[in-house]
Amino acid sequence: MAQAISARGKLAARLARHSTGIIASILFVAPIVWTVLSAFKPAAEARLPPLPPWPTTGFSLENYATLNSFGDGLWASAQNSIYVSVMTVILSVIVSVLAGYGFSRFRFPFKDLFFVLILSTIMIPFQSILTPIFLVLTKLGLHNTLTGLVGVYVTLQLPFSIFMMRNAFDAVPREIEEAARMDGANNVTMLLKVMLPLVWPGVVTIALFAFLGAWNEFLAALVLMTDQSKFTLPVMMTALQSGRFGAIDWGAVQAGVTVMMVPCLILFLALQRFYIRGLMAGAVK
Amino acid sequence: MTTIATTTAPPRAKKLVGAGRRQWIGLLYVAPAVALVMVFFVIPLGMTAWMSLHNWPLMGDHFYIGFDNYVAILRDTRFWNALKFTGYYTVIVTIAIFAVAFPLAIFIEKPRPLANLYRTFFFMPAVVGFASASLLWSWLLNVDSGLFSPAAYELGLIDKKFNLLATFQPAFWSIIAMVVWKVAGFTMIILMTGLQSIPQDLQEAAVIDGAGPFARFRAITLPLMRRTLALALILSVAGSILAFDQFYIILRGGPRNQTLTAVYWIFNQSFVSFKLGYGAALSMVLLVILVALSLVQLWLLRKPEGLD
Repeated sequence: MAQAISARGKLAARLARHSTGIIASILFVAPIVWTVLSAFKPAAEARLPPLPPWPTTGFSLENYATLNSFGDGLWASAQNSIYVSVMTVILSVIVSVLAGYGFSRFRFPFKDLFFVLILSTIMIPFQSILTPIFLVLTKLGLHNTLTGLVGVYVTLQLPFSIFMMRNAFDAVPREIEEAARMDGANNVTMLLKVMLPLVWPGVVTIALFAFLGAWNEFLAALVLMTDQSKFTLPVMMTALQSGRFGAIDWGAVQAGVTVMMVPCLILFLALQRFYIRGLMAGAVK
Repeated sequence: MTTIATTTAPPRAKKLVGAGRRQWIGLLYVAPAVALVMVFFVIPLGMTAWMSLHNWPLMGDHFYIGFDNYVAILRDTRFWNALKFTGYYTVIVTIAIFAVAFPLAIFIEKPRPLANLYRTFFFMPAVVGFASASLLWSWLLNVDSGLFSPAAYELGLIDKKFNLLATFQPAFWSIIAMVVWKVAGFTMIILMTGLQSIPQDLQEAAVIDGAGPFARFRAITLPLMRRTLALALILSVAGSILAFDQFYIILRGGPRNQTLTAVYWIFNQSFVSFKLGYGAALSMVLLVILVALSLVQLWLLRKPEGLD
């Protein structure tokens, strides 16, 4: 700063900045904290006024227990969500690492065409091809199966994650590969033992995005999963919140929303670096 | 986005491997990805066009009807209203998101004490899914058991509990508030990367030349951020045009079908009324609109960085 600012002015500026920061932080975080806390209210308290946000007669897990009694239950849906998300992560990592390596290190017919094809899927939203996806899954015998949903989710992740992995592989110096080749590494060892450790940050990033994408996806799950026992958490919770299981129990909704939010928040807080990195990669595109 | 494809990879070392056979192996590596894109993307995309020319119920036979579905769309006032509403929503929500995200980006951009912590807090709603956020807000907005209305009533701010979701204006602005809460952090990060890429000495030189903060913002920050701004704009517009979760979960298209979005109407026709052919024709219309927008946006992004 060119101008000299008095010490008092500096202090005032700092105070103003931090109070703005704190107030804005509260605005963003409060709804989340409020829901998580309210979910611990015992059922009797759910009828009482919303203030204060925390339970006044002791923390209770009643809402979670009730939640498990709707339809096939919270736990069943959570299991479906976990299965779908974990499978999406595993498969999209495998497929994208292979494809990223292929696009980065080999020359083969139709290479550019395939790459453009995969990336251009970003331009056309899956919402507009959901009806035929529904029919394709039926044809494949995957209608109303979690496997079918995983297939859709993995495909949705591909443009981002293949782009990310190709760039990661491109950044690995060729000398490393040549040295490993000299030492007699075959294709599999090369990819798994030599390359993979070097592109690991990219792998973590795409895994994180794949998990969040699959865990939070709603429309495809709503359309493709017709059987209650196959509902993922967002679909099950929406059925509950719309009163499909009878009177709406907002305590149960809060508990369900908490279950849906907490894994995302934990992963984000633990892997923030990778998340921001992924966003940057997206932004650089 | 296709610009990436055309950037040439770093020059390949000539004799990395022996002869042509190995090159075909590359095809094996990319095969699973290509197969997935074919099955879950290319084929459905082709089918959408094909289906749109048919009367295609969920059960029973489908038959070719030419462009009848498209003719029907012309008379489908619900769809045009949904499209109009989607456009209106997109404009308003995008302005609102930028109005919140830009100041936040400036606020956290410089590495000052606690800036990272604030950034984390502002960003937290962005990692929560749209469905979770919508469920959460459907509770907050609920007239009886929620937070806003009952709390205001209890604090004596209103003398009768007010149902925010019963009439169009309050319901619409409630959704805007929810979406801004959910998305602003995301846009903030994108704008932050743009701000950080502006060379610091440029700003300093302008300070020495006596430019005030507003002049600097207009003459340096905005022009140098054009690409970033365009990108944030694209993401916001694309996301808003496809809006569904919040309108389905919180409002169910209500009050009086005034908040049906385009995707919501397609969902209704395809998966509630099971008019799959008609749904496909509607999808084609939406698709054409989106691709046209994408092309405009690509053009916006491709313009070289500069001071105009």
